[in-house]
Amino acid sequence: MSRKTTTVAHAAGTQLSIRNLSKSFGTAQVLRDIDLEVVPGEFVAIVGRSGCGKSTLLRLLAGLETPTQGEVLLDGHPLRGFNSDARVMFQDSRLLPWRRVLDNVALGLKRNGKEHGLWALQQVGLASRSQDWTTALSGGQRQRVALARALVTQPRLLLLDEPMSALDALTRIEMQQLIERLWQEQNFTAVLVTHDVEEAVYLADRVIVIENGSILVNQEISLPRPRNAGSAAFAELKTKVLERILGDRLRTGREAAIAS
Amino acid sequence: MQLTHQKSWSSWTRWLSWEQIAPWLVPFGLIVVWQILAQAGIITTRILPAPTQIVEAAIRLLQSGELVRNVGISLWRAMIGFIIGGGIGLALGVLNGINVTAERLLDSSLQMIRNIPHLAMIPLVILWFGIGDQARIFLVVLGVFFPIYINTFHGIRSIDPNLIEMGRVYGLSRRKLFWQIILPGALPNVLVGLRYALGLMWLTLIVAETIAANSGIGYMAMNAREFMQTDVVVLSILLYALLGKLADVAVRILERWWLPWHPSQHG
Repeated sequence: MSRKTTTVAHAAGTQLSIRNLSKSFGTAQVLRDIDLEVVPGEFVAIVGRSGCGKSTLLRLLAGLETPTQGEVLLDGHPLRGFNSDARVMFQDSRLLPWRRVLDNVALGLKRNGKEHGLWALQQVGLASRSQDWTTALSGGQRQRVALARALVTQPRLLLLDEPMSALDALTRIEMQQLIERLWQEQNFTAVLVTHDVEEAVYLADRVIVIENGSILVNQEISLPRPRNAGSAAFAELKTKVLERILGDRLRTGREAAIAS
Repeated sequence: MQLTHQKSWSSWTRWLSWEQIAPWLVPFGLIVVWQILAQAGIITTRILPAPTQIVEAAIRLLQSGELVRNVGISLWRAMIGFIIGGGIGLALGVLNGINVTAERLLDSSLQMIRNIPHLAMIPLVILWFGIGDQARIFLVVLGVFFPIYINTFHGIRSIDPNLIEMGRVYGLSRRKLFWQIILPGALPNVLVGLRYALGLMWLTLIVAETIAANSGIGYMAMNAREFMQTDVVVLSILLYALLGKLADVAVRILERWWLPWHPSQHG
């Protein structure tokens, strides 16, 4: 069941332009004047402390929130309502407990739903569990099913809202490798929101740091893939980003440690 | 020899394990004690007839066709009332669950009516419908309606909003959202309501049939009371218990059928 026989050739990822994007909830301004260009097929990671507005940005890209000001352009067309190009993977897997694994993956598919669903499950290595209830799966497996569900329609834009933050360390590494491999194979544009700087540097072509609703850092990561989290270049980039997020606190902490 | 013996013993215990026998020991023991006390004359027949007398009464009424006819008419009333009341309750529960405007208009009125014990309506119901089947069915409708309505409404409202958001992100239409996420998500609560409703259905019918009826299990009991036939009275009470138990079993079967995914089914 190769995908070549079941689907047409895969289109490239979405080109994403974010222009003067602001979002307020009541009097609280969560995002102010965000400008960001994402080229097709790029992997962008958005990091920041909790409450910095990074998840709101992702929800704006998904069309789950409407901007207070500014706009989101998909391939040059302004986004109105739900973003049907995009698929979202949430922090919690949000599987339907009353559907078996395969029926969860094939959610909303009309023709060849089972066939496509099985293909997607093969991609995440869970084809053998297609007839199980989702409650019988582990947390990592549930997120893999959610990933299969997101990829089954071969979206051009994948929005990842901290999908690995609830996983244990080993499962998280597996999941990161899986997402990287599928992204390389399928050429979609990916936007990952995370609070884990190492994860961002491991996966992304570019790391965006958001603080108080504005972009603080826009750091290109040009390390060759697959990346080695233990390498000196990796550690250097990671520290650089971390220092910008934590500001003076990290530096003074270090100096204090050195002094003692 | 040893082997075959063990095998037959194990198949015997598989048929009747201790877990299966245990719940029946107490009721069976009580019946034996009751029979002994009744036969010894310690309990007079007027207070409580012996179990064997009740069985005799059941056989007598079965042969005359009275039992089948009365149980049949009671079942029919229960069913009609249940279908009407349950149907309206389900429909209104769904409507108010998914539509905020409908909830604002209807829910507080329904909550007010809910607080009236439906059996308190009997005098009014008799004035409206007379003493025919309509009155009895109307009372069953009232009794069944509220548990189904409240649990359906609550079931829909307590669905994880994240799942609905996910469905919308994944391109489900409103209709699909309802059939694939909202209704299956509310179903465990609907079945809880169903179980309550079935209990109330029999309760209502017992009361309704003891007031001015000329058929049904309740009538059979009231009629027997006038002729001091304690055995038939007790038989009628046992019939209600049996029918209530059957209704409960039916709901359990529905749960196994409709909620195979639910944690309660994997215990």
